Amino acid sequence: MLLDIDNLIIDLAVPGGVKRVVRGVSLAIEAGQSLGVVGESGSGKTITALAVMGLLPEGAKVSGAIRFAGRDIARLAESEMRKLRGDRISMIFQEPMTALNPLIRVGDQVAEPLRLHRGLSRAQAGEAAVRLLARVQLRDPERLARAYPFALSGGERQRVMIAIALACGPQLVIADEPTTALDVTVQAKILDLLASLSAESGLAILLVSHDLAVIARHCRRVLVMYGGAAMEEGPVEAVLGKALHPYTRALLAARPKLGGPRGVRLAAIPGQATAAASEGCAFVERCPLALPVCRREPPAVTLEDGHVVRCVRVTPQGQLT
Amino acid sequence: MLSYAARRLTILVATLGFASLIVFAALEVLPGNAAETMLGASATPETVAALAHKLGLDQPFGARYLSWIGGALHGDLGQSYAYNSPIAPLIGAKLAVTLPLTAFAMLIAAGVALTAGVYAADRRGKSGDLAIMGFSQLGLAIPNFWFGILLVLTFAVRWRLFPSGGFPGWGDPLAALKALVLPALALGLVQAAILTRVTRSALVEALGEDFMRTARAKGLTRRRALWRHALPNAAPPILTIAGLQFSSLIAGAVVIENVFVLPGLGRLIFQSISNRDVLVVEDCVMLLAGPVILVNTGVDIVAAAIDPRLRAA
Amino acid sequence: MNTLRLGAICVGVLILAALLSLMWTPYPPAAIDVPHRFALPSAAHWLGSDSLGRDVASEILAGARVSLLVGVIAVGIGVGFGVALGLLAASVKGWLEDAVMKASDFAFAFPALLLAILLTSTYGPGIVNAIIAIGVANVPVFAKLTRAAGNSVLEREYVLAARAAGRGPTAIAFEHVLPNIAAPLIVQATIQFAIAILAEAALSYLGLGAQPPMVSWGRMLADAQTWLYTAPRLAVFPGLAIAFSVLGLNLLGDGLRDALDPKLRARR
Repeated sequence: MLLDIDNLIIDLAVPGGVKRVVRGVSLAIEAGQSLGVVGESGSGKTITALAVMGLLPEGAKVSGAIRFAGRDIARLAESEMRKLRGDRISMIFQEPMTALNPLIRVGDQVAEPLRLHRGLSRAQAGEAAVRLLARVQLRDPERLARAYPFALSGGERQRVMIAIALACGPQLVIADEPTTALDVTVQAKILDLLASLSAESGLAILLVSHDLAVIARHCRRVLVMYGGAAMEEGPVEAVLGKALHPYTRALLAARPKLGGPRGVRLAAIPGQATAAASEGCAFVERCPLALPVCRREPPAVTLEDGHVVRCVRVTPQGQLT
Repeated sequence: MLSYAARRLTILVATLGFASLIVFAALEVLPGNAAETMLGASATPETVAALAHKLGLDQPFGARYLSWIGGALHGDLGQSYAYNSPIAPLIGAKLAVTLPLTAFAMLIAAGVALTAGVYAADRRGKSGDLAIMGFSQLGLAIPNFWFGILLVLTFAVRWRLFPSGGFPGWGDPLAALKALVLPALALGLVQAAILTRVTRSALVEALGEDFMRTARAKGLTRRRALWRHALPNAAPPILTIAGLQFSSLIAGAVVIENVFVLPGLGRLIFQSISNRDVLVVEDCVMLLAGPVILVNTGVDIVAAAIDPRLRAA
Repeated sequence: MNTLRLGAICVGVLILAALLSLMWTPYPPAAIDVPHRFALPSAAHWLGSDSLGRDVASEILAGARVSLLVGVIAVGIGVGFGVALGLLAASVKGWLEDAVMKASDFAFAFPALLLAILLTSTYGPGIVNAIIAIGVANVPVFAKLTRAAGNSVLEREYVLAARAAGRGPTAIAFEHVLPNIAAPLIVQATIQFAIAILAEAALSYLGLGAQPPMVSWGRMLADAQTWLYTAPRLAVFPGLAIAFSVLGLNLLGDGLRDALDPKLRARR
């Protein structure tokens, strides 16, 4: 097991006190696998990703375990965590337009993790950077390496970010909404690139997104989060195919369908995402199937294949009552 | 980069030319001419006219302006009426005091700003930051000549570590530098306060940018990310303000030279204005305004060297 | 204690001191009393007396008058002419805007104090010339600010609506632009006020500003420097008064900037 998160709880310092943004989330990724984490804004998916990197804001409290290759990195000293960042675990962020330093040439920015973690000289790292740029399918990598970020398009910059993430040959790449800020046509290409790179190098991918289609296409397993808690997880075909959890069903139903009947209202989920409950099931306020018992901690119903659904309404045989 | 520099330099020359014209014209407006001042109030109009003619004061405006510019470009800055000697060496001697003083003050200001400003931005909101901001407010409020007087009180009168004024000349470099320490501190105080605040706010903004997150994700320490990524991005506004401050630095030098009785350009201007020694005033003013324009151009060029986006404009 | 309140208190003290000095001071500020020169602070002279026996406390109070006067008039000149020029530049645009901006940039490059020295030593030292010089130096500051802020207001849609309704540029300037640029102008005015006080002090120190018997903190410092070895304490109070006033104004400006910032206001 490459990454094993066990009952992760994260409290953030907010003006006026403390806010629990992640409530007992567990997930696991094997080497070479891809796990998608899907949820609305505020579901805690990005914070979970940042927690794995150790990049939580100041004043954040973490309990539970985050085990990476056997080590508990949740409570690792910063100096040790730094050695992992960019080397064994790397991250790609959402906004490619602002993620690169505008004053430094692209090639130097790609070379930076290599010089930092592998101690390469400027020349060596520069050559390696050009090879990396070619690997992420950028045309004319030598010229691009000498260019500054402002000369590149959004899609090109995101490929540069991928190059930076892959520079030291990490075991795990976390991609936080990597394509949300890109054009639709570019999105697919970037995700396919990630998938092929993962296949050729045995890289594990943790893909965070609010877009079900993206997760369905590019991940083997998926974790559905709401209000900081896990709702359902398992193989993509099972979770999205059977759609047992009321929240998962609502998410799937809310997608507008091309070619559907006109004049029909979109099936939105009533209520606001901020109305997450802090005890019991996080979805209880907006769930159409809520019962009084849901205000206590819902059970984790395990079906075959490692498919886990957290809802009292789901029987151990996989039926929604 | 080169074309940008070339463009800026052309604008520079044009601005300098325009500035010289304005300065010359402005001093034409002054009532009374040098001849009157030199001969005193009791001189007859004929004597005044004769001297004026001898000094070339009755020539038309354009001719005098051109001969001034022409001479200046040859290094001949004309003759001082009051001292009855060539102006160029006169100014040269004064520059030997004012330039090092100004540079020294700027160095102090930059040093303070880089340490205190970075420290404050790094520890934003904490006690170190608040303390530095408090000190910088004081630095802005304290008149530089009062600070100079207080410095003299403490370090020259109470503890005789530094001279209370005067300049021994560069023959003894150590003594000369010692004489410049207190004046440079007084002159640099306000600049230090302003630059510290600017550095802090520019750096705070740069630290909040997305590329900082990328840098941390690569495994860089906070310190390295700050110096390698945030500071260069914060540099352009800091440099711009530093350049703009140069002109107030020059003005401050005039006052400080009076506080410490330094034989610099400031005092010379002062005395020459009173003496109606017009040519000296024109040369001095150009010499003071010139570097200001030069420095601003230099700042623009350096900013473009750091930030490639500025060159494309 | 936030900056706005602190600044307002300091400025309030300054104004009160000036007003008080109009009605009463312990001694007439300019009253020379040589037998009692260099007196130490005591019941008779709260802050001591200077080289000519003048009461320091009275001089400090009277000095507030000059500082306020210079600040108000100089900033007034700057605002009056500067805002007018800036509005003109922003409304009329074209070559006028470019000309005003180039002139302002050029004026910025020229040290204001030099201009003041030039004017006062040419036309004679004195408070009036000092005020004019400082006021003139303020004009480009307000012109640039007004033009920049005015331009951003003129691009807003409600101005477009007003133009479509047939309102002329003067009406738009007064009804829409001015109220919306009032906030940054007020903040800048407090900053320039502080700068004016510092400039007046420097000019008076050099002997080019307020002339005796008018009392100015700057001139007091010049006197104090002459007697630095004999009575160093004379240098303390005038400088403190200047620093206190400038600090108060700066804090007021900072506080106003935060208070008037529409982004911050919306949060309350």
